[in-house]
Amino acid sequence: MDRFLFTFFNGEVMWEYLPKILSGMWVTTYLAAFVIATGLALGLLLAVLRSTLSQKMPAPLSWLAEALRLLIIFFVDVMRSVPPLVLIVLFFYGLPALGLDIAGLGATWLALSLVLAAFAEEIYWAGLIAVAKGQWEAARSTGLGFLQTLIYVVLPQAIRLTVPPLTNRTIAITKGTALGQVVAVQEILYQAYSGLSFSSNPSPLTLGALAYLVLFLPVVVAGRWIETRFAWRR
Amino acid sequence: MSDVTALFFNAEIMAKTAGFLLDGLWMTVLLCLVVIPVGALGGLVVAVLAALKRRWLNIALVIYVDVFRALPPLVLLVFVYNVPPFAGYKISELEAVVIAFLLNTSSYYGEIFRAGIESVGRGQWEAARSTGLGWWQTMGWVVLPQAVRNVLPDLVSNTLEVAKLTSIASVIALHELMFAARSAQQATFNYSPLILATVIYFVLLWPVVRLLSRLEHRKIAAR
Amino acid sequence: MAAAGRHILDVRGLHKSFGTLAVLKGIDFRLRERELAFVIGPSGSGKSTFLRCCNRLEEPTSGSIHVDGTDILAPGVDINAVRRRIGMVFQSFNLYPHMTALGNVTLALRLASRKSKAEALEIGRAALARVGLAHKAQAHPGELSGGQQQRVAIARALALEPKIVLFDEPTSALDPELVGSVLQVMRDLRETGMTMLVVSHELQFARAAADRVVFMEDGVIVEQGPPEQVFGAPQQARTRAFVARIDGHR
Ligand SMILES: Nc1ncnc2c1ncn2[C@@H]1O[C@H](COP(=O)(O)OP(=O)(O)OP(=O)(O)O)[C@@H](O)[C@H]1O
Ligand SMILES: [Mg+2]
Repeated sequence: MDRFLFTFFNGEVMWEYLPKILSGMWVTTYLAAFVIATGLALGLLLAVLRSTLSQKMPAPLSWLAEALRLLIIFFVDVMRSVPPLVLIVLFFYGLPALGLDIAGLGATWLALSLVLAAFAEEIYWAGLIAVAKGQWEAARSTGLGFLQTLIYVVLPQAIRLTVPPLTNRTIAITKGTALGQVVAVQEILYQAYSGLSFSSNPSPLTLGALAYLVLFLPVVVAGRWIETRFAWRR
Repeated sequence: MSDVTALFFNAEIMAKTAGFLLDGLWMTVLLCLVVIPVGALGGLVVAVLAALKRRWLNIALVIYVDVFRALPPLVLLVFVYNVPPFAGYKISELEAVVIAFLLNTSSYYGEIFRAGIESVGRGQWEAARSTGLGWWQTMGWVVLPQAVRNVLPDLVSNTLEVAKLTSIASVIALHELMFAARSAQQATFNYSPLILATVIYFVLLWPVVRLLSRLEHRKIAAR
Repeated sequence: MAAAGRHILDVRGLHKSFGTLAVLKGIDFRLRERELAFVIGPSGSGKSTFLRCCNRLEEPTSGSIHVDGTDILAPGVDINAVRRRIGMVFQSFNLYPHMTALGNVTLALRLASRKSKAEALEIGRAALARVGLAHKAQAHPGELSGGQQQRVAIARALALEPKIVLFDEPTSALDPELVGSVLQVMRDLRETGMTMLVVSHELQFARAAADRVVFMEDGVIVEQGPPEQVFGAPQQARTRAFVARIDGHR
């Protein structure tokens, strides 16, 4: 038992690597925050755009709208079918070659943001269609315009419907920040992994796992709470 | 621009490395065939145990599910692969992947099956029990079939996520598609194998994404 | 019969098809100021479609519609401005569930009529008072009975001071004991001289309150006239058959 503790919960080693893990936690936190902000905002923008493009319009304009609409769907499909790790590595090497010099951090942020945007677009879109047609008609019959109806009547209802699935998806994708380790983003896993190599002791890894639990367990529990709460309010 | 073409869309290099990537793809498929049924079965066990509604068992299950949903799968994999050697057990890459995936995906599948079981109304239980069916019989023949149908989109969605997730096995050098692509990239000093891998993933999983879109929309329309 | 006035609604040669399905096959219809017309007819005869064409929730295939002198099908017409002058009440209320009763009533006042907040609240409260629900201003639709919800929906239409209100089966989704309160509001509305076009199966109400009853079948107006005539001595065989059938149900 002592040997077990010495190996996996070695206080000395843990103490030594604690500052690194803490700095990793900071990187994980702000990377996650940026991913959530850009991902959810872009997703909402795409859903609103898709909804606008689905409006009836005159002929030459409608072709353009249809093309744009298909483009959005295609983007969403690609981001949903390619593993995030593949996207991160691809952006890490690809964007500098295109003259966009983003480091591993930028590549991870961009890839995860786009993936989250794609999932969020699908969820918002599903929410938008789930709002009854009568709501559109009632609002339009009082003289509200398309965008006014969308913003004041339909979106508030759609967003309510989307909160539980969106929360779960956001948590899952945010955990993908650990994939940044592969392109040398100095987040928790990276710090823990290098600690493991330097100290030849798994304690940094244990510490890293604990750090993830500290960050994400409250979020998962909150997600569970949100799910039940929104489930019976409907 | 032609630089970019030569570096990323080099047909010659793609052709040269395609065979190597297909070997990797074979491993990815194999991983899916092992990891998906094992995870789904694990999830089913979690959900059915939760339906027993034993207080302490339930608390234990919620902790299990939430802890393994809180840990990023890659962290879990790195942990499971690197730690056993310190306890004197040299774990193989495949074993590590299967164990890490079991812990992670059974939690997710478990939550889905649980939601499905809860979506089946009390009336179904009462009707079945009133005809003399036992608890397990009711669960197996009456509740679960409806539960699975009710959460089919979520099951397909999670399965898609698991399939994509197998790419993280590349980090512990298991020779699957992503690992093959990165090895080929390093050997050729060219990024075309990465593009090829992206295309392969897309071509294989796109039909699933489309199917999922259909299922999700049908679910909404049914309300 | 209402006093002769100008036409608030003037529909000529209205056709509407959904793809190859012709639903309205040439409707000619005029409604005078302060008049209340009742539209009856079998399910699928096109009553709702007719009403929804009058504020362009459905786009007519051909024909012309003038509301209070404005050609609402004219190319450059501001349809949102037109719709503010045409109230509509739906069978399923369609209240916004995330807003209070007062919020439902004031939304278009703020956004479409561009009233100040204070003014919108004042008009909104007055509209709710007209339907007897001043005390429910802060309630959400989920906290109101069906009859109360429908009255809020009527207040939402009235707040914009429409020239005409279209009712599409306003009481069909209500429990029988709640129908009365909504009909009472409609009766009051008629007293104030509102022009109304009502699709409904409330024949009692039609007999008592309608100036005119319009019988539609298969996308055309088969017969119209005062209630005594259409119900008591229908001229057309199809009207007779329909009236006999629905009377038999009561
Ligand atoms: N959006 C639509 N697309 C295709 N067909 C439609 C649409 N709306 C209505 N229809 C068809 O038009 C016909 C007339 O419908 P409408 O709703 O106007 O009838 P109604 O007289 O109001 O019937 P009810 O008494 O049942 O409400 C029906 O056959 C219906 O199926
Ligand atoms: Mg109708």
